[in-house]
Formats: sequence, structure tokens, C-alpha cells
Amino acid sequence: MADQPLWRQLIFYFTHNGMYILEQFCRHFLISFYGVLIAAIIGIPLGIYIANHYKLGNFIISIANVIQTVPSLAMLSIIMLVLGLGPNTVIVTIFLYSLLPILKNTYTGMRNVDPNVIDSARGMGMTGIQLLYMVKLPLAMSVIMSGIRTAMVVAIGNTAIGSFVGAGGLGDLIIRGTNATDGAPLILAGALPTALMAVITDLLIGLLQKYFEPTNYMKK
Amino acid sequence: MQTAKEIISFQDVAKNYRGGNDAVENINITINEGEFVCLIGTSGSGKTTTMRMINRMIEPSRGKIIFKGKNLKTFDPVKLRRTIGYVIQNNGLMPHMTIKDNITLVPKLLKWSQDKMDRKATELIKLADLPESYLERYPAELSGGQQQRIGVVRALAADQDIILMDEPFGALDPITRDDLQDLVKHLQEELGKTIIFVTHDMDEALKLATHIVIMDSGHIIQDDTPDNILQHPASDFVKELLGEERLLQAQQNTLSVSDIMSKNPAKITLGQSLAEAIREMSLKHVDTLLVTDDNNKLKGFIDLETINDRYSKYSNVSDIYQPNRFKVKTTSYLRDTSERILKQGYKYVPVIDNDNNLIGIVTRASLVNIIYDAIWGSEELDNPEGIKLPDSIAKESDNA
Repeated sequence: MADQPLWRQLIFYFTHNGMYILEQFCRHFLISFYGVLIAAIIGIPLGIYIANHYKLGNFIISIANVIQTVPSLAMLSIIMLVLGLGPNTVIVTIFLYSLLPILKNTYTGMRNVDPNVIDSARGMGMTGIQLLYMVKLPLAMSVIMSGIRTAMVVAIGNTAIGSFVGAGGLGDLIIRGTNATDGAPLILAGALPTALMAVITDLLIGLLQKYFEPTNYMKK
Repeated sequence: MQTAKEIISFQDVAKNYRGGNDAVENINITINEGEFVCLIGTSGSGKTTTMRMINRMIEPSRGKIIFKGKNLKTFDPVKLRRTIGYVIQNNGLMPHMTIKDNITLVPKLLKWSQDKMDRKATELIKLADLPESYLERYPAELSGGQQQRIGVVRALAADQDIILMDEPFGALDPITRDDLQDLVKHLQEELGKTIIFVTHDMDEALKLATHIVIMDSGHIIQDDTPDNILQHPASDFVKELLGEERLLQAQQNTLSVSDIMSKNPAKITLGQSLAEAIREMSLKHVDTLLVTDDNNKLKGFIDLETINDRYSKYSNVSDIYQPNRFKVKTTSYLRDTSERILKQGYKYVPVIDNDNNLIGIVTRASLVNIIYDAIWGSEELDNPEGIKLPDSIAKESDNA
């Protein structure tokens, strides 16, 4: 087997372990997705809140900034001390890393809504809630989306490191490849789908973001 | 306007922000139904603050506002705002909604039926003088002027009878602005809407308003009709705001005939002879004489041509004088008189008092002086008597 060219070995691995790779692919994606989802569920409302409370906003964003500076491997290990091995540790790590881009973009998006539009919406008799879901959120949506996009791409990369704490995912293949002699096909079998996943996710969320772009409203 | 119903009244309203400086103070304004009120002043004069108190976007710190007979504070702000139209400078259209959704925003908040909203949208786009196909477009596809048209008619969507406008036409070019001013004036005059309009443009205020409130650094300087403000500016600030040119023009418009007439018209009484009439003419260098009776009551006029034609047959003024076609009272406004002289070709207009006594005469030459002053400026306007009139009826004109 080892005398075959690399790409042949790779195809061989894919054809014989296709289901395994697919399984790890889904696992990898879901770990990233859950992390970002939780971050979005907490980050977007928090972002909306701090957009209206300017001083608190700076404080919370600087906390998120500090979290971001911790290296991901260190973060994983620290959280492992509390939560033990397994995917939950990775999901929490992803959550912490996704919080900043989502929080910051929500905050920026909300604050950048044209004050004239908000003033006229209030002046026409919208309640606070109506103002939020009829005006502010639709107009900030594209910026919020771009935060989720950044978070998602970073999360897919971080999940690969998650294999160190036994979460599984495509990172497993990469680590196995680095430990084995002549493990190049294994490394590629893990790295290529990871890269593919990141690129496709980025493109898809990018499309979604474009859909919400306010400048798009004249072409639709 | 005394009979009109009072709709909003400010009573000793003041607003101060934290930090101590008073945004506005001692605001007392009464706004009647159907009025077009312009709040005018420099930036920072508190005009916008005052306007925004009406729909409770800003709460007064002191004093109270009576709205339709009740204290404004008893109204729920959200419900109140849905009954008051609101137009702001940069149109404030929702960029993510179609024109139709923008127009029917308030009806939607009020939960009208879709059918009723559709009809309203069609009705209002017609009022804005835009094609119906625009309803499906987004604001960014319209020009600035068209957007503001939508902004204006949107304020009527829920049949609001009061509309607040905050410098709505400040960012538009002069031609579009003229168009929109006409539209707004139409809303007030034809549809009977009460409009409260904030502007810093005096031309706009004078063109539109029936009631102008001039503000400076949080205080009301003058609160009156446009005519009264032009005639009696309350202070130097108001004069400056109006500008010298407008004041002169206004003075011309409100000068009465007696201010510029010549007090010694060339005249002759009924009983005198034609020979005397000719002597009088040559003495005063005129070709026409006004004819009065012995009590100085105006009877008519006599001119050189008539005398020339009939000198051989008649000898008395009373035989050949002609009655005046047009005469004015001393209290008439000059603007009405000057129009007659300039456009209808009268060479002169005799001025009489209430008892038909001849008091003076206004000629083309007297108008020239006024126009000269309006163009070049002059102190002489303060004592119009000083205007040197030629010896009344000018001799240069032969074709009467």
C-alpha cells in the first residue's frame, strides 16, 4: 500500500472508510454548530441589550475580548478540568469563542441603524418591541449574520483541536495521521473535508447575509 | 381665526436637560384647528424640542400641554403618536419595506384589514402624484423628492388631522421643494389638516404659514401672523431674521396710498372757465386737471385734448369734464393701486377720503420712487412725505 502514490492511497481510504468519514464529518459539524447556536441564542439578545446600554456594552465586550485572547488549546484544557472529556467541553469552548464576534456584530448592527429611521418609527407610534422586530432587527440582520459567519468558520477549525479531549470529529483522523508512520493520507482525509466544510459554510452563510443586506432592497 | 377651535396649547412649558441648560423656557403657544404653524429660528433655538413635545417624543420638565381639551400627559404616548402625522427631514422611510408597506405602516400598527390598507395606499400614492406602480418599489429606487412625497402622504395614512414636520424640505433642491410646499399647503387648505412645521427658512415660513412662532435660544420672540410679523417685527432679532429686503418689500405691500400720494394735485373747480383751466395747465406743466366742486368733492377730470376739441363750443369746465373711472381711498393699500397703474395703464389715480373729498393723487412718478427705494434701499421710506413728486399729473403721457 505504501508504495502507491499519495492520491491513490487517499482514494483507497475514502472508498473503504467513506461512512466513517461521513459520520465524523457530521459529528464535527454538529459540535461546531451547537457551540455557535448557543452563542447566538445568548449573544444576540445580549448584544441587543447592550446596544441600548452603552456603558455596560463596553464592559461586556471587553470581557469577550479577553476570552478571545486565550489560546484555544489552553481553553480546552481548562474547561476539561471542569467538564471532563467529551464533546461537551468542545461545545463550551466553541461557545466562548463565538460569543465575541456575535456579540460585537449584533451591538454594531443595532447601533448603526439609521437614527432617522428609528426616530420616525417611534414618532409614528411603534412600541419598543415593534420597533425591534419591525425595524431594528431586519436592518441589523446582515451585520449580525456576518458575525455568525465568522464564528462558524472559526468554530470548525477549533473543533478539529477538540479531538484532543476525546470529542471525536474529523480532528480524530488528523491526529491519528500525525501519530502514524506514513500517515499523510490519513491527515489529508481529515483535513480536506474540514477545509471543505469551512468553505461551504462560509459561502452559504455569506449568501444568507447578502439576502439581508439593506442595499439589496432596491434590486430585489 | 378667533372662531376656530383650539387644538393644542402650551402653558408655561419648559424643558431642561440634565446638565442644567434650558432647552426651552416659558413656551406659551395656542394652536387652532386648521392652522399652518411655522416654528422658526436658528439651530439650537428649541423649535424642534417644542414640536417634539406635541407627540411626547420629549416630555416637558415644567408646565403643561393641553391637547384637544385634555392634559397631554393623560394620553398614552404610543396611541397618541398614531393619531399625529410625523414627517422628518431625511424622510425616515423604512429602507427594508416597499413604498406600500411604508405608507400603510401606521394602519398596520392599528390593525386595519389588508383590503382597507390597499385602498388607502392607492389613494395616497395618487395624492402624492406618483404612479401606482411605485407601490411595489423600495425607497432607494425613488429620487429624494419622491421619497419625501411619500414621507409626507404617509403622515396621512391613518387620517391624522395633525401633522408635525421637522424641516422636511431642508435637503431638497429648490424646484422639488416648491412642489412639496404646494402639496403641504394643499393638505392644510383643502383637507383642513393642522400642520406644525419646523423650519429655519424664512421664505418657506412666509409662503406657507398662517401663524409664525419665532424662537431664539429657547424663548419665543414673536408669535403672530406673517403679515403682522412683517409689519411689526418685535425686535432686532426678528428684523435680522426677516432680512432688510423682505422688510422693504413688505413695507411696499403694506404702505397705504396716503403714504406716497402727492398732496397738491393740479385741480380746477366746476365753475371755472376753460381759459382758466388752460392757464392752470401751463402753470403747472400738466395736461390733465382733476375737477372738483366748490367743496373739494371730486367730480372728474378734464384733459388738454378735450379742451382742444371743444374749446370753440363750450366755455366752462362743468360742460366738458369727464367722470373718473377709478379712484382710491386714502386707506387703500398701495399694492392694489400700483397694480392698476402699472398693468392697466392708468397714468394717475386720484385719492379721496370717505366723503369723496379730493386729498391727493398717485402717479406713475410716485411709484418710481418706491421701486427705486426697494431696489437701492433708502432711509426716505421712513418719511415718505419727503418723496419729491413731480407736479402731479405728468405731461409726458398723451395716450390715455
